[in-house]
Amino acid sequence: MFRFIIRRLLITIPTILVVISITWVLIKLAPGNFYSGEKRLPAAIEKSIREKYGLDKPWYQQYGKTMWNIVRHLDFGTSLRFEGQSVNTIIRRSLPVSAAIGILAYLLALIVGVTIGSIAALKQNSRWDYTSMALAMLGISVPNFVLGPILVLIFSLSLYWLPPSRWGGFPSRNLILPVLTLSAIYMAYIARLTRAGMLEVLRSDYIRTARAKGLSEKDVLIKHALRGGLMPVISYTGPALAFLLTGTVVVERIFALPGLGNYFIQASLNRDEPLIIGIVAFISITLLFMNLLVDIAYAYLDPRVRYH
Amino acid sequence: MSANGALLEVRNLRTYFDTEDGVVKAVDDVSFQLQRGETLGIVGESGSGKSVTNLSIIRLVQEPPGKIVSGEVLFKGEDILLLRPAAVRRIRGRRIAMIFQDPMTSLNPFMKISRQLMEMTQLHLGHTKGQAYEHAIRMLETVGIPDARTRADSYPHEFSGGMRQRVMIAMALSCEPELLIADEPTTALDVTIQAQILELIKKLKQETGTSVILITHDLGVVAGMTDHVLVMYAGKIFEQAKTTELFARPGNPYTKGLLRSVPDPTAEQGKLYQIPGLPPDVAHLKPGCPFAERCDRVEEICRREFPPFVELTTDHHSLCHFAHEVYGG
Repeated sequence: MFRFIIRRLLITIPTILVVISITWVLIKLAPGNFYSGEKRLPAAIEKSIREKYGLDKPWYQQYGKTMWNIVRHLDFGTSLRFEGQSVNTIIRRSLPVSAAIGILAYLLALIVGVTIGSIAALKQNSRWDYTSMALAMLGISVPNFVLGPILVLIFSLSLYWLPPSRWGGFPSRNLILPVLTLSAIYMAYIARLTRAGMLEVLRSDYIRTARAKGLSEKDVLIKHALRGGLMPVISYTGPALAFLLTGTVVVERIFALPGLGNYFIQASLNRDEPLIIGIVAFISITLLFMNLLVDIAYAYLDPRVRYH
Repeated sequence: MSANGALLEVRNLRTYFDTEDGVVKAVDDVSFQLQRGETLGIVGESGSGKSVTNLSIIRLVQEPPGKIVSGEVLFKGEDILLLRPAAVRRIRGRRIAMIFQDPMTSLNPFMKISRQLMEMTQLHLGHTKGQAYEHAIRMLETVGIPDARTRADSYPHEFSGGMRQRVMIAMALSCEPELLIADEPTTALDVTIQAQILELIKKLKQETGTSVILITHDLGVVAGMTDHVLVMYAGKIFEQAKTTELFARPGNPYTKGLLRSVPDPTAEQGKLYQIPGLPPDVAHLKPGCPFAERCDRVEEICRREFPPFVELTTDHHSLCHFAHEVYGG
């Protein structure tokens, strides 16, 4: 197991370098520049900008320098737009905002989703089942850029219960609406995954054995069924949590939150090359790491899984 | 306890399943008795209702789509079908235990063997963890698991099929039940292991005095293991008799067909007999005898009228219009 983890971590490094390289190439291939606007700059000014940021050098020197700084110092450079701020500082500042909302949203989605999904599976084809699955379908279908404004309209602009936007620290009432908006789709998805997983497990022979032993339905569910039934949710958790942690573009935009997702959009619109690369690298690292965690969790939860 | 001292008496049991295809009468008016210490065999093809009959006894039929429509299941005179769920749970595992067909899937793959056994005695006998663990080890030793103490903390996938079935048996017998229902306990195992498992059940039955219901489609198994036999077909009992009598003088064409289709290892050549056709669709049974389409001595009346349950001797009954003729000739 230990060797498996080490090897997986070692594979992660070249993967991330490849991701960074592809990102770099895509940025370079796209027409335009961070200083290009509607009006063309005078040639002299453009020349001095290009010299300042080393854009006059051949591409392999630019690429080499970027990669060297990343590999050697984990230094992604300085933002072109937010002058004087290093990419690392921006990430360090905006990550807690994204992570707080993301983790809260996922916890909420997990608790509600697993509960609803389990009940739906236990009472399959009942009114409970149909109602909750219809709601789940709705949760998956309604995009968060619709749900967010609706929630704001109801709870902020009509009822005046909650603040409509902005970051208010952790914890604060400002978190409630973005967390709800963000978790809806995950909640719905987890409920469906749980229901499907539980239905399969509840039909299995070993659940019949557990019932034949004389165990109560509660014990059958919690001690015997839940572990197998939640396996699909576990595999889903890795990528889902990675995306939630690293910021969600739309929700952070709607609620004007200074998270990673918001910076990512701004960086892309501004052609802020170092910041784009920094955030992309950070998202990939998180994703790979979360998938590794899922694999470890799998080995822990299912004794039949062994990695060599 | 019922008047005649039977451990289990099933009366007019009917278990139906609601399917899109119509109502499937998986068990239709089944009655039988099991005496204390006796072994009863239930034989039949797949889908004949033998498993559902036994799941109905401890009310493990999935509901919906299944439903026990009517009947009585008297266990020492007490009707299990009338009990509250909590009371049924006190019987399950404690007084009536079950072994299922596929030991590969019947044990929980996520749980250590020891814990799966301990669960039984902690629940029913009030054992502490320590007592339950020691008891689990003893049970594993009883069913012939080598190195029981070191292997108790393994997971099911680390055991072979035969070993897993031994674990199932250890689990089923750990509370010394009065009745053991073994639902095709050897079907998923290879032949040498089959013999070992059957021997084990036989031995443990003698030691503990447990009554056994053995469900199988293998007549060879029935011959060596049971005192009485029920032959089921299309949810009905086609014949019931003492095992020796059934093999010597079957009173039903279906039983005769089954007996003829047992391979005879001494016969070197020739085609193995098989009953023509397939079991009927129990959702759409025609009037008349359900076996009529496949029967080699079918007559006009068989297609028209449902056959009577004929008493050949006090201990031997057959569902056939021509039971006496079959029995006699």
